[in-house]
Amino acid sequence: MPTLKIDGLDVTVEPGTTVLEAAQFLGLEIPTLCHMDGLEPYGGCRLCLVEVGSGDKSRLVTSCTYPAEDGLTVRTNSKRVLRSRKMMVELLLSVCPSSRTIQDLASLMGVQKVRFKTRNDDCILCGRCVRMCKEQMDAGAIGFVNRGHKRKITTPFNMKSEVCRTCGGCIYVCPACNLRCQGPNAPGDVCGSCLSLQPTCTERFDDYMCYLGPTGNCGTCIKKEEN
Amino acid sequence: MKKLLPSANNHKPPNSKFKTIVDRYSAKREKLISMLHDIQEEFRYLPEESLRSLSNELSVPLIKIYGIATFYKSFRLKRPGRHMLTVCLGTACHVRGGPRIADEISRVLDVKPGETTKDGEYSLETVNCLGCCAIGPVLVMDGKIFGQITTKSVKNILKQTDKDRNKKEGVAG
Ligand code: FES
Ligand code: FES
Repeated sequence: MPTLKIDGLDVTVEPGTTVLEAAQFLGLEIPTLCHMDGLEPYGGCRLCLVEVGSGDKSRLVTSCTYPAEDGLTVRTNSKRVLRSRKMMVELLLSVCPSSRTIQDLASLMGVQKVRFKTRNDDCILCGRCVRMCKEQMDAGAIGFVNRGHKRKITTPFNMKSEVCRTCGGCIYVCPACNLRCQGPNAPGDVCGSCLSLQPTCTERFDDYMCYLGPTGNCGTCIKKEEN
Repeated sequence: MKKLLPSANNHKPPNSKFKTIVDRYSAKREKLISMLHDIQEEFRYLPEESLRSLSNELSVPLIKIYGIATFYKSFRLKRPGRHMLTVCLGTACHVRGGPRIADEISRVLDVKPGETTKDGEYSLETVNCLGCCAIGPVLVMDGKIFGQITTKSVKNILKQTDKDRNKKEGVAG
């Protein structure tokens, strides 16, 4: 059974477990979007990035698809991880600013502005609905078509599918369909109303120091130092 | 007005041809792409009916087949015109005026890239590099390659096909 070290904690898991599951078992929080319990891992949103290995050889991998190996060292909230995650959220936000899930993630990560052109799409291509339809509902009515910037999720020939039973599972799992709350700013903007401005330990140290949320937002150690 | 091709609309693949293609690969789902290629060779595009039958034969969800057919550029889902015009817009042809050629054809035939003229005669399509940059800008018509195209020679080439057709139809009729 593989034993690995996540954020300095040793954990032994069943073979075949992913790093994400191992971290969740320890109660560590890793933000995810395309991952969903009961569906095959997909690795599309890149939000669940973690740093594996140590020193110069460390690299970023998606924890939802990375198998837990024996002797692996994982850091779920290093500076590098947080920087990359922030970028991912910013990119997602530029695609789909009307999604509450993504706006919430932006607030959590401290993303305050989007430097990319906003597209105002209503889909982030996380593929949750596709997997839901295929794996849980056993229908396979929707899927990805085209490729590159034209890629989208739809039914064959853009017509009502014969195998769709209109169960609504696809809408139920969609992280982009829940509309953002009505803030004072325009719908395309970053809302940021839930933004926490408290300094966090990750601003001072390379890793977070307590296990209270993915960005070290308890802030206790910072206060301690200041007093 | 030019005559419509016989069975230009409501085209259904003759079942026997479709069957031979599926049988050729003993209806194995991992041979799907080869089957799609063969179907396209037979019908010059992938008719909707054939994709539906294929999904039944191989018990692969239709969306999967549709996804593959839209993913690769070499698969066509719309019936192409009788003549296929391919203009190269690769780097070399681009700097030598490929886009101008494409525009000229669009203007003369009133057809946008990726579409077919209303009478079903010509389809225009653009590609990125055909591998013969030295003779660019390149135009391919029905598999025949024309190099060093100018906006003037485009018209001549098109006229050529008109003549061919008139000749053929004259003989037939
Ligand atoms: S949750 Fe791992 S990539 Fe989306
Ligand atoms: S760029 Fe046209 S043939 Fe290479």
